Amino acid sequence: MKQVVCLKRVPDTETRIRIDGSGTSIDPSGVKYVISPYDEYALELALRTKEAAGEGTVELLSFGDTTGQETLRKGLAMGADGAVLLTGEATMDGLATAKVLAAELKGSDAPLVLFGVKAADDDQQQVGPMVAVLTDRACVTGVSSFEVSAGTVVCHREVEGGSEVVEAVLPAVLTITKGEHEPRLASLKGIMAAKKKPLEEKPAERVGSRIRVRGLSEPPARPPGRIVGEGPDAVPELVRLLREEAKAI
Amino acid sequence: MPNVLVIAETRDGKVTGASREVTSLAAGVAKSLGGHAEALLLGDVGASSEAGGLGRFGAATIAVAEHEALASYQPEAYAQVVVSHVRAGDYSAVLLPATTLGKDLAPRVAALLDVPLATDATGLEVDGGTVVVERPVYAGKAFARLEIEATPVLVSIRPNVFSATETDAEGAVSTFTPDVDPSTWKVKVLERLQATGGTTDVAEASIIVSGGRGMKDPSNWNLLEGLRDAMGSGAALGASRAVVDAGWRPHSDQVGQTGKTVAPTLYIAIGISGAIQHLAGMRTSKTIVAINKDPSAPIFNVADYGIVGDLFEVVPRLTEEISALKAGD
Repeated sequence: MKQVVCLKRVPDTETRIRIDGSGTSIDPSGVKYVISPYDEYALELALRTKEAAGEGTVELLSFGDTTGQETLRKGLAMGADGAVLLTGEATMDGLATAKVLAAELKGSDAPLVLFGVKAADDDQQQVGPMVAVLTDRACVTGVSSFEVSAGTVVCHREVEGGSEVVEAVLPAVLTITKGEHEPRLASLKGIMAAKKKPLEEKPAERVGSRIRVRGLSEPPARPPGRIVGEGPDAVPELVRLLREEAKAI
Repeated sequence: MPNVLVIAETRDGKVTGASREVTSLAAGVAKSLGGHAEALLLGDVGASSEAGGLGRFGAATIAVAEHEALASYQPEAYAQVVVSHVRAGDYSAVLLPATTLGKDLAPRVAALLDVPLATDATGLEVDGGTVVVERPVYAGKAFARLEIEATPVLVSIRPNVFSATETDAEGAVSTFTPDVDPSTWKVKVLERLQATGGTTDVAEASIIVSGGRGMKDPSNWNLLEGLRDAMGSGAALGASRAVVDAGWRPHSDQVGQTGKTVAPTLYIAIGISGAIQHLAGMRTSKTIVAINKDPSAPIFNVADYGIVGDLFEVVPRLTEEISALKAGD
């Protein structure tokens, strides 16, 4: 079975975010970029599905500038078979991104297209289900594990206060959250092999953004807090402050 | 045209707190635009009995789509009913809660209506007739102010950020039966499993009792469960990434950049040092309490109140004091 995994290049979650002079984007200097963490979980599940079946391919798809090549090589080093980079300016308009990806995926016969549940930069949590609608595929979001059988995929997903078992007909789009399996590290052999794997780069279909960023700002500073005291004897004073000052309980 | 539509959500037959918050917000936004707020509720036959309550939170009218097949969330059916309703009306904005349901539904509605979507908003204001959305990016390490250049402006709203304001107003409830055809559905829920230990999800809880590596062992979570129970029904357990990665707690409890971003009234960080990813996920909480034995732990930099000490002594005392306080209420 053919699987497509969509990857996004994002700043490492350890990164301290600084806003640039324009006030509408971040300063990329000194920022280390990685595969968005949830996209890595998606890739891990795709690779495990392929390995369990003993056949099939895992193709990567990304949209962004040419630096995405590096991100895709990392995915190839983890074990994907090939990659396509659609070059263009990614924006915060997830629907514009979804249209770019959908234009590529419309012609694909892949039964499964996987996304991370959300990207660790914009946190918009929307492109996967939008691509599903635009390409007329079934969609299940927040999937922690799945099993493919004849014509369907059975997914476990997290919901408030519990979990659900959901069956979707193929072809389907799944958005993947953290599950049982940590993403594998690329082996040296994998890194060497990745250099020879096909990575096609082509310009993305042009879709304008309809979300305009007026400005970025630092999170509001929290007023300085205080140490109420040491050890259990400080508890009555803490409880008093929570009730009378913070009105939190 | 200046009206604002709220997609309200029920859980176990009751309108959720997050839906009330969005309704009150919508009433304020609609007023600034010169219109009124309307609500759409989807549910089983009889769902309208719950709908009137939304009037008190600011909905002038409440349309209830009643159908047996809408008793629980089915993404394609819900998206179809919402899209038909939006198309039949004339709205400048459509708002819904950014709950698990809202996060699944909103992008489908956006794609079907061909309008962009801003998710998980923490701010919404009208600036000279334009709706301006504020939302966290990089899991709260920065905030973006956005304009959506399309109509209707479609936004999902982070739970717990806006307050639900109850008034004496009554909304006019009307009920209709939408066309729903389960034979066309591509997905179906086979089974629903309840999590053990409370049903308040960490992303919607008003109080979060969160534990980190300082808890030393998963079996010590009974201390945190005791504190959560003492806090009452709106409280939930949270966890740091370290303890989720160690397999002590489920990922659904994880707070932080690769978990959930939360904004409760009260966040109690117990044995959590405060890695940058964790702080990003909880720093917009209204009040933060930290209990940690290390006075130099970064968590104290964002905490309103801190206790330096052994959590195994402090937490039982806190549970005791809170229980006594609640018993006196």
